[in-house]
Amino acid sequence: MTLKEKKETRSALLFASPWVIGFCVFLAYPLLASIYYSFCDYSVLRPPVWIGLRNYTNLFQDEVFYKTLSNTAIYAIFALPLGMLVAIGLALLLNTKVRGLAVYRTIFFLPSLVPMVSLAVLWLWLFNGENGLVNIGLGFLGIKGPNWLSDPEWSKPALILLSLWGTGNAMVIYLAGLQDVPVQLYEAADLDGASPWDKVRNVTIPMISPVILFNLIMGIIGTLQVFTVPYVMFPGGSPARSTYFYTMYLFDNAFRYQKMGYACAMGWIMFVIILVLTMVSLRLSEKHVHYGGGA
Amino acid sequence: MAQSLAKQNRSRTAAIHLVLMVLSGFFMLPLLWMLSTALKPIEETMTQPPTWIPTRILWHNFSDAFTYGRDTLGYTPFLVYGRNTLVLCILGVAGTVVSNSLVAYAFARLKWKGRDFAFAVTLATMMVPFPVLMVPIYGMFKEFGWIGSFKPLWVPAWFGSAFAIFLLRQFFRSIPMELSEAAKIDGASEWAIYWQVVMPLAKPALAVIALFNFMGTWNDFLGPLIYLLDQKTFTLSLGLQVFQSQHGGTQWNLLMAASAIVVAPIILLFFFTQKQFIEGITMTGLKG
Repeated sequence: MTLKEKKETRSALLFASPWVIGFCVFLAYPLLASIYYSFCDYSVLRPPVWIGLRNYTNLFQDEVFYKTLSNTAIYAIFALPLGMLVAIGLALLLNTKVRGLAVYRTIFFLPSLVPMVSLAVLWLWLFNGENGLVNIGLGFLGIKGPNWLSDPEWSKPALILLSLWGTGNAMVIYLAGLQDVPVQLYEAADLDGASPWDKVRNVTIPMISPVILFNLIMGIIGTLQVFTVPYVMFPGGSPARSTYFYTMYLFDNAFRYQKMGYACAMGWIMFVIILVLTMVSLRLSEKHVHYGGGA
Repeated sequence: MAQSLAKQNRSRTAAIHLVLMVLSGFFMLPLLWMLSTALKPIEETMTQPPTWIPTRILWHNFSDAFTYGRDTLGYTPFLVYGRNTLVLCILGVAGTVVSNSLVAYAFARLKWKGRDFAFAVTLATMMVPFPVLMVPIYGMFKEFGWIGSFKPLWVPAWFGSAFAIFLLRQFFRSIPMELSEAAKIDGASEWAIYWQVVMPLAKPALAVIALFNFMGTWNDFLGPLIYLLDQKTFTLSLGLQVFQSQHGGTQWNLLMAASAIVVAPIILLFFFTQKQFIEGITMTGLKG
């Protein structure tokens, strides 16, 4: 190493030092500690005691664990694709060069700014069985709305529905992606006599596929950690544990039952699920995602 | 032929406008309903058919919600929550801007061995879900004696976050290296280049990460729920949840007023910083 290189490396270490510390203290250490605790009986009040795989074997016999896992999976399976569909649909509509684009974009985007707790409180009122706006609207159409908040059949659909209200964030990303698609591609398609739907399927979707993949992966990570809205709207995962999600059970184990080791084991299972799903998305996307142009 | 094509185009545009307007209705109604309920007397929240414009507009619902429980607590809860939230937002934003700009400078403007590998590791950390880290971090803060204080909620912001480092690095790289080299020839130190050359040019990107951090802190619920114990230290999000669990299901007008108090500053902030917002979100999704 030359003197100049040495000097530059030394300044780099200095500049990066906040992150070096942050990485070690708030990431590497907790990650390692969390693996260790997941093999321990640990309650924060007393030092951890090694119990081997017992947390994991207990988890695999824990009915509530399976219940929260399936609740979360069902929620994700509906909320994630529907949310992407709505966001892409809105973006496509806005990309037709209509007048007033900025106004529409603001309207669709605003709900995604509403803080989670406000959002939960607002939708508690909207989904109210008798005086809620949702059922009043349904009644207007001659449909008798369900008891969204107290019927275990309808509590998850209620959460999925309200999650669609906040898709504005993703819509803005898609819209920017759409605006980056070169006009020449559409002109070429027009020359070939392509229909609007052909153009969406064969030009637009392939061109924005990297954006879709990015949103899918971020969506998986976010949706599997769903916590605040159900925690506020459905205390204890009511009714009949139909809204008891994985992170809520993990939180209860850690801070309500003081089963910190058990909670860490749950955290690691979640991490592994996220890693596997991300790998699968990346692998499946290899054939379909088109990396070209500038994006 | 050309005329019928133009006609077809016009009817298509009209159809798109119609769809957009109906959808806009769906997206706006909940917020308008919140405002409408917040201004109603309690009886009117239960009348059928519902009224959109209250027969009597009660502005004092807002002050009632704001001061609810003042007599028993001895302080104005939402005022205290608001002050706490603002303090955390300011400390968090300052930490985010300072720490991440320094780190991003090392990643974007300096050459060192293992840089690209370190950056890949940094990006990979974005995949780690918070619930995995929650217990050990809680245990660590307990050792420090920080539980019940604000420290767990703002100190980590001073040690960088992968997402902000990534955003700033992209931006820093787009600033021509010639500027740094010219300053170096003039005898400027690395620190002077960071502070006098790069930082002034990076203001738009710094605004974006500051904005996102502000929003994140304002929104955060899980953090305050874990670390704060005394109601006097609660943030707006946590305070609203407490208010909800104590008075939920009855006084919807006050609840909506309280909810609006938490939403309004964010919406206001959005209207003043719309450009940064849209650019920031676009940057996160596209430059990957």
